[in-house]
Amino acid sequence: MQGLRGLAWLLGLQSAGELLARGLSLPFPGPVVGMVLLLAALQWAPVREPVAACAEFLLSHLSLLFVPVGVGVMTHLALVSQYGGRMLAVIVLSTWIGLAVTALVLFRRDAAVNPDDDAKVR
Amino acid sequence: MPKFVELWVYLSATPLFGLTATLVTYVLAHTLYLRLNQAPWANPVLWSVSTIAAVLLITGVPYPTYFSGAQFIHFLLGPAVVALGWPLWQRRSELRQRWGRLLVASLTGGAAASGSAVALGWALDLPTDVVLSLAPKSVTAPVAMGIAEKIGGIPALSAVFAVLTGLVGALSGKYLFTALRLPHSAEGWTARGFALGTAAHGIGAARALQVNADAGAYAGLALGLQVVFASLLMPLLFQLLV
Repeated sequence: MQGLRGLAWLLGLQSAGELLARGLSLPFPGPVVGMVLLLAALQWAPVREPVAACAEFLLSHLSLLFVPVGVGVMTHLALVSQYGGRMLAVIVLSTWIGLAVTALVLFRRDAAVNPDDDAKVR
Repeated sequence: MPKFVELWVYLSATPLFGLTATLVTYVLAHTLYLRLNQAPWANPVLWSVSTIAAVLLITGVPYPTYFSGAQFIHFLLGPAVVALGWPLWQRRSELRQRWGRLLVASLTGGAAASGSAVALGWALDLPTDVVLSLAPKSVTAPVAMGIAEKIGGIPALSAVFAVLTGLVGALSGKYLFTALRLPHSAEGWTARGFALGTAAHGIGAARALQVNADAGAYAGLALGLQVVFASLLMPLLFQLLV
């Protein structure tokens, strides 16, 4: 029951997010506005427990949710056969660049600003 | 035999087929992934997508027919994005302390991923709409589609690029971080998770969650920040440039 109640909250907040995003023509997608609304709603204890149950279930199976869109690659076979190699090179290189830049900015800065934390960990 | 063909034609045209095929294939792929000690190359999304796409192509079932069933799973991406608020809320006090640094990492990392994709795409002479579809690829698929629409890319192609990007992150992140000498300390896991969420969105975050709880939470945070920044800044930037 908690899980269902949680799903009701998530869908309700997503709908509220969609309404706000459309109504005020915000640049964010509805679910993102819903996420911000959820952060505010979680201050309130009766929301917390049901949302926790449902959110943990949904997020632990997050990668399943990308399968239907991923299969859509089959509709772009013409593009893939023409530019496949180049597109893959761009995706692989830019992903590595993004990963490395993020990790190094966060890690170096942490080590420089917080030497105590580093010592604690060791 | 003709009887079987008739039955297959009937079943493959119902929404039940797309839904069942997606769920059963993923459950099998995930079991295999666990058996193989979560080896990056055994990624369940990679194997589910390639198996289902191959079966559809061989049997001649069109993608829209498959999607009429699979959309019920696809739909859950919306509530899942809302649910990302939960891991954020759990770590709110920690986040309050490191807010500035995390924002800087999110912005520079996101800009590096998207900027390098556009620059490389142009350098390799890809068509303009393909290059524009590459720009939002490090944002989670449903949001990437929305951004692509606003900046003149192809939404369906952006979604595929986003999934591929997530797979590259989940498959190779471990080796890249080892090469960068990130330690397996709390700080190291935080940086790994945050990088995966920034550059490889939900699929990277799912991988981070499976490996380490701290990495998973920071990946969720990073992916949420990326969604907010990208949907706000990317359309604005392209308006200014184009």
